[in-house]
Formats: sequence, structure tokens, C-alpha cells
Amino acid sequence: MSETIKKFLYVNRKAPYGTIYAQESLEVVLIGAAFDQDVSLAFLDDGVFQLTKGQDTKEIGLKNFSATYRALGDYEVTKLYVEKESLEERGLTLDDLQNIEYEDEDDDYAEKSSIRLISRAEMAEVMADQDVVLSF
Amino acid sequence: MKFGIVVSEGPYQHQASDSAYNFVKAALAKGHEVSRVFFYHDGVNVGTRLSIPPQDDRQIQEQWTALGKEHDLDLVICIAAAQRRGLLDENEAKRQGKDADNIAEGFRISGLGQLIEMGIQADRTITFGD
Repeated sequence: MSETIKKFLYVNRKAPYGTIYAQESLEVVLIGAAFDQDVSLAFLDDGVFQLTKGQDTKEIGLKNFSATYRALGDYEVTKLYVEKESLEERGLTLDDLQNIEYEDEDDDYAEKSSIRLISRAEMAEVMADQDVVLSF
Repeated sequence: MKFGIVVSEGPYQHQASDSAYNFVKAALAKGHEVSRVFFYHDGVNVGTRLSIPPQDDRQIQEQWTALGKEHDLDLVICIAAAQRRGLLDENEAKRQGKDADNIAEGFRISGLGQLIEMGIQADRTITFGD
């Protein structure tokens, strides 16, 4: 599609179901995957709730799209940066998040975690390193 | 500098579309290029021609249409976000069996690929949102 490869970061800051940001962010990520760019996702503030396991939306009548995060590896979206402080401030740990894995084709297709736990300071560095930051 | 602009909040409800409008106007006045303005989330509502703001208030849709015409801007409304929120052009209304369309002059409806393409092609992508 294009010879230019840019670093795209999708920043997710909102809880999954109170507003539509998380869902429409995922739609951009899935479409964007077809463009063969260098894609990363960031989860901070209430955005960390998007990755929690055991989501059940039956009673609120909304579509549960949390399984889509586990499929991101199939779209070669394998870098999910999660901010440590945001987890801690909400009483969450990595154990509260889904297992999101990808197959590393450079390592005999070993299954590796897509989730990269980083500090707030490191998140600033990740952001500074991008060409295109889309915030949701 | 070539700018790509994202507007991701609705008109009047939020200042995002006003700030984007002012930014685009200022950037163009300084001789910069604006390759595309992409309307997403509730930002798609900027593109309805059926809004009737009070006469003593700014006319957001008309402002964008006029600026677009003056500078030949590519004003793109995301189709997925638009369908949820009832924004339709003539073709889409026909295709979906709806009895009306409401997209304003100067706007066009297209896919999310246009957002990614804008990010690839522009020197800077700027989001006006919440």
C-alpha cells in the first residue's frame, strides 16, 4: 500500500464500556493492521480496564469485545504497553489482565506475551519515539 | 509542513471541532498544507447539513464547508462511525434503504483506511478530542 513504514501508537485511556472510545479504537487498529505499519498500543488511566479478564456485558446489553484483544496477534499487532502506575492506582495487577499472546515467527513460533508492563516514565519514552499517535 | 487532522468530538457539545477549525485556518494562512481532516467518533456529526444552531452562534458545519471550498480540503467522515450515528450520503441512504440523507456539501464519507493513510502521508497528525 505504501513504502513508508511509520510507527503508529494507539493510546487507550478510557474504560471499555462507559463510552465508545475503546470499541472504535479497536476498529481503527484492525483496519490499520492491513497497512503494514509498525503498530503499538498503549493502555493507561482507565484504559487498563479494557484488558481485564472475565468481562461480562450481558446485563448492560453491550457487545463484549474483549476477546478481540486476544486476536490482535493474528493481525501482527504484538506490542501492548500497559502502564504500571495506572494498574496500581486501580488496585489491579497483571493477573487481572487477559493472557494476550502472539507467535514469534523469528523464534520458531514460540508463544509470547504481547503485554509489556512499563512505568509512566517509560511510557513517555514510548510516546516520544512514535511518528503517529492516535489517542482514544 | 503537511498536517493531517483528526476531529473526534461532536460539534457544540465539545470545543474540539472549533479548535480544529481555528488550527486549520491558521496553518493554511501560514502557508502550510492540510492533507485531510478526518472526522471520527461523535466528530462525524459536524458533517450533517440538518443542524440548525441559533443564529447568533457560530455555524460550525457551514464554517467547515466554506473553508473546505476555499482551500479544496478533503473533509472525510468515517463511514463506520457515521452509520452508527445516522450520517448518510445519497448513495449510502439508497444502499441501506433509508428515506433520507444528510451529509453537508464539501464532506465525503469513506473508510478508516483514510485515517491510516493520512497518518502515513502527513508530516504531523494532530487529534482534536477529549
